[in-house]
Amino acid sequence: MSAPNKSYDPVEVTALQPAELDKARDAALAAIAAASDLDDLKAVRLAHAGDRSPLALANREIGALPPQAKAEAGKRVGAARGAVAQAMKKRQAELEEERDQRVLVEETVDVTLPWDRAPRGARHPLTTLQERMADVFVAMGFEVSEGPEVEAGWFNFDALNFKPDHPARSMQDTFFVESEESDVVMRTHTSPVQIRSLLSRELPVYVVAPGRTFRTDELDATHAPVFHQLEGLAVDEGLTMADLRGAIDAFVTGMFGGGLKTRFRPSYFPFTEPSAEVDMQCFVCHGASAEPGGEPCRTCSSEGWIELGGCGMVNPRVLVACGIDTTRYSGWAFGLGVERTLMFRHGVEDMHDMVEGDVRFTLPFGMEI
Amino acid sequence: MRAPLSWLREYVELPEGITGRELAAKLIDAGLEVETVERAGADVVGPLVVGEVLTIEELTGFKKPIRLCTVNVADANGTGEPQQIICGATNFAVGDHVVVILPGGELPGGFKIGSRKTYGHLSEGMICSVRELEIGDDHDGILVLPPETAVGTDAVELLGLRDDVLDIAVTPDRGYALSIRGIAREAATVYGLPFRDPADVELPDGSGEAYPASIGDASGCDRFVLREVRGFDPSAETPLRMRVRLFRAGVRPVSLAVDVTNYVMLELGQPLHAFDRAKLTGPIVVRRAAAGERLETLDHVKRKLDAEDLLITDESGPIGLAGTMGGLATEIDEKSSDMVIEAAHFDEVAVARMARRHRLHSEASYRFERGVDRELPLYASARAARMLAELGGAEIVPGVTHAEAPVGPRTIAMSAGHPAKVAGVAYDRDTVVRRLEQVGCAVAGDDELVVTPPSWRPDLGDPNDLAEEVIRLEGYDGIPSRAPRPVAGRGLTADQRLRRRIGRALAGAGYVEVLNFPFTAAKDADDLQLPAGDARRDALRLANPLSEDEPLLRTTLLPGLLKALSRNVGRGFGDAALYETGRVFRPRPDAPKGAPRLPVDRAPSAEDIASIDAALPDQPFRVAVVLSGERAPSGWWGAGEGAIWADAVEAARTVAREAGVELTVKADRHAPWHPGRCAALYAGDTLVGHAGELHPRVVKAFGLPARTCAMELEVRALGEPRDVRAPHVSAYPVATQDVALTVDAAVPAADVASALRDGAGELLESLRLFDVYTGEQVGEGRKSLAYSLRFRASDRTLTAEEASEARDAAVAVAAERTGAVLRGA
Repeated sequence: MSAPNKSYDPVEVTALQPAELDKARDAALAAIAAASDLDDLKAVRLAHAGDRSPLALANREIGALPPQAKAEAGKRVGAARGAVAQAMKKRQAELEEERDQRVLVEETVDVTLPWDRAPRGARHPLTTLQERMADVFVAMGFEVSEGPEVEAGWFNFDALNFKPDHPARSMQDTFFVESEESDVVMRTHTSPVQIRSLLSRELPVYVVAPGRTFRTDELDATHAPVFHQLEGLAVDEGLTMADLRGAIDAFVTGMFGGGLKTRFRPSYFPFTEPSAEVDMQCFVCHGASAEPGGEPCRTCSSEGWIELGGCGMVNPRVLVACGIDTTRYSGWAFGLGVERTLMFRHGVEDMHDMVEGDVRFTLPFGMEI
Repeated sequence: MRAPLSWLREYVELPEGITGRELAAKLIDAGLEVETVERAGADVVGPLVVGEVLTIEELTGFKKPIRLCTVNVADANGTGEPQQIICGATNFAVGDHVVVILPGGELPGGFKIGSRKTYGHLSEGMICSVRELEIGDDHDGILVLPPETAVGTDAVELLGLRDDVLDIAVTPDRGYALSIRGIAREAATVYGLPFRDPADVELPDGSGEAYPASIGDASGCDRFVLREVRGFDPSAETPLRMRVRLFRAGVRPVSLAVDVTNYVMLELGQPLHAFDRAKLTGPIVVRRAAAGERLETLDHVKRKLDAEDLLITDESGPIGLAGTMGGLATEIDEKSSDMVIEAAHFDEVAVARMARRHRLHSEASYRFERGVDRELPLYASARAARMLAELGGAEIVPGVTHAEAPVGPRTIAMSAGHPAKVAGVAYDRDTVVRRLEQVGCAVAGDDELVVTPPSWRPDLGDPNDLAEEVIRLEGYDGIPSRAPRPVAGRGLTADQRLRRRIGRALAGAGYVEVLNFPFTAAKDADDLQLPAGDARRDALRLANPLSEDEPLLRTTLLPGLLKALSRNVGRGFGDAALYETGRVFRPRPDAPKGAPRLPVDRAPSAEDIASIDAALPDQPFRVAVVLSGERAPSGWWGAGEGAIWADAVEAARTVAREAGVELTVKADRHAPWHPGRCAALYAGDTLVGHAGELHPRVVKAFGLPARTCAMELEVRALGEPRDVRAPHVSAYPVATQDVALTVDAAVPAADVASALRDGAGELLESLRLFDVYTGEQVGEGRKSLAYSLRFRASDRTLTAEEASEARDAAVAVAAERTGAVLRGA
């Protein structure tokens, strides 16, 4: 660096002469253009834009100029440096782009490679289906009620108007706990929850009770000693079979979509009077398979109808056993089979698949159904 | 109950064209569950005619006897010439009348008959057996018809070969439908046609008593009727059409006397019994069994009688189980000619209990349990006597023995508007009365009806029973649909939501749910290596298990899960992680022997309910997991990770977190876990369960892969699900400090961590153990635990000094509590 000198003539400072500046700028621009990669460009930056580069050195000379000459010299140097910086930036971007292109190509992977490193789990379709069925009613305002699986005979039979020694009682194929005389049984249906609900809740009562039930049936393709039911119960003033039908219709719509008919067939259950079996129109063929010339339907075995379960008006004797005034209140109840529903809704053909716990059966059902 | 349409038509004049299926559809709508309609003989194609055997030539040289016959079929073959037929049966002779199917005909099952050469001769048709005609299951020989049957007659008509048979699953309340009478009455009602009652039998003349009898126990029998016939021809055969009808109704024809009692039972619904009069000794008494009495019943079983058994007895002792099965000693046989016919009304419960006690369920007991018309015995016995007279040449002894106990009248008061109130459909009074009268009720009154149900409907006892009759006959189809309008519900309970969350959390963590039966065996407890006296060995026993191998109710979810795991491993899925949620059954030590039987005419008191619930076991809801093989599989990305004890512990934490609980873990020794790899899980001070690697002996006993791990915990022990409090999220920078501490190898890492946490104070945001090292550098019996501590303040940027101070405080507490020494210090 030259010493400050007030009488210094700028034109005599070689580095600041326009021709020199142009030369330095052009040399820089040429070097930038010639840089073939980012490392090259880094060297060029050091040589032509670094602290020791000709333009940087020239810039320092400005301070030594007389004040009147500083402005013009500064402008010239600034223009040259600006041009270099801009070229540098542009070339940097170009080279980075080139590098990225190359590297990203080099980093290409086979995206079709399989990936099953995270273990997959699933809930059992009977669990999720049972929840889904209950939720249809919960959405209407029903609550979910529960009771024990090992149950007293009084709740499972007596209070439900199963008289001692009546054939209806032996039709239930009951598991007795410890002894037949103990009157403790594996509940044969979810209906005892009706009694527990009526004894523990304020009227009116609107509940569903999903749960496990037990009967002494050997396991085969269509029977299991342990199975699931969804019980429904409403006790209120002025309830009729029309309300029962409405509830079943709402369930069918919620589970299978609208436009499906239901039908009641008279039947018998000790705890309902009148009683009915309820069928819904097949949700696959809508009954067409049962028409003459209809395409066969696997879901309903070309019956056109699918059995849903049993239902009826709560037998007033049941209400009496729960201390309810039958002149004021009436009720309806239904029981639906969860296994059956899973079988026809999802094409499960063999009950064994539901009970064996084979992961291949359960995994496809995921978290919800 | 199988009901041939032809039989029903005898008592209701159904229009000619009505098929079994059409009738079935109507009956189903009215409440009879018709399961199938068998179209018997529908596929039979004639000519099927009566033929007379003219000649028989026994062919020789074949492995079995073969006959070349000529048969006169009159004009049925168009020529009047005898028909040449090869036959393999030998139970007929020249002159016998038989059933012949001619070429072009078809037998049931699509069996086409043609002219064909067989055994060296042309056979033009076939001589038929009852089995081939599907009117019996006797296939020993061909059907030989009575000689008076005209040759050339169409056998389809003659035998009643074409008939629709309705198979009806009769519900327990409708005992009356276990008869042609009951079903025909329903058929008449649904078609609005008149019904002719088959019980409307003219009673035989003559007064006075038949064979002497009395009722000794009116609680078991309120009507007992005996009639006598004499001079019955034991060789008389049951008419063919009657045999066909019995067969179609599902009853095997045996002999005329037996067939008559069965026929009348099927037609009227009244079980009958016939005694050989010569084998009776003294008057008959209906009574309960005395101590030590025995009876050999018709099925050749010698039965020890119970004091409650209701018996038919004579002076020799018991001669029958009332309404269930007769005794062997007094049964009619192939020589019996004088008979005493019993028709009675027995108590439903007495018969039901006896049938169950002796595991003896007969057509008779089946009907009595479901209620038989009390007014039938006089008529049914008369009908049987008349049939024995007409078909078997017997003479009816004048008079009848009729013992009875008085029965009060039965009426039901019901408002005429009640059926409408039940159905939600407006029925006027006239409709209600008309429908009840169709059912057989007598109805009096205007708005308040007084209804007397018919004797054959003991099931009608309440207004709702009557309402059902009206509604079903008016048609369930007419019931409208009214959308539910429940009161506002509160949604799922916290507990119900928690159970769902647990399932989702475990499935999300890679576990697959299984639902096992709750049945288990004492061996399972052995296989789990449970010590003697372990509470889980105290299991409830089923009185009637499906399999004697698994008579107990589970007290833990693990055996079922381990077996399911073993099944998956056996099917090639050794890398499996399963979970189950469900109830286990733990007997209460102070439980009473049984549950009390409370009345049903009022609500039980709170004490009553408590006394019932005290007899039930504790049924807590549990969750368990088992896992084996690789938790994360190896693959092209590199090595996998085997399932280890820590995965099982983490599964427990996953569950607990759903309940808002952070578990603490302590080392424990608890079967079925590996004694050095068993974690006791605590929510606060409450033990909730265990997790870890299974004991190698357990792994072996269940046939599982080595190092199988498991967890089980009791959900309610986690306490009420807690609401999450939102944390304050600080945006100030974090200050991280790592420390490596050496401690005695036996010091649990959890203790060190908790000491660090306590010592670090509020500024500690998180603490993470990132390395565990044992080896020379830390010395024998020591281990090094390396923690990363993250500090952050909610209101400022921490200085390096603050972070260091907090770290030092943490180390100091760890040193004090666990003897930890800062490495490199």
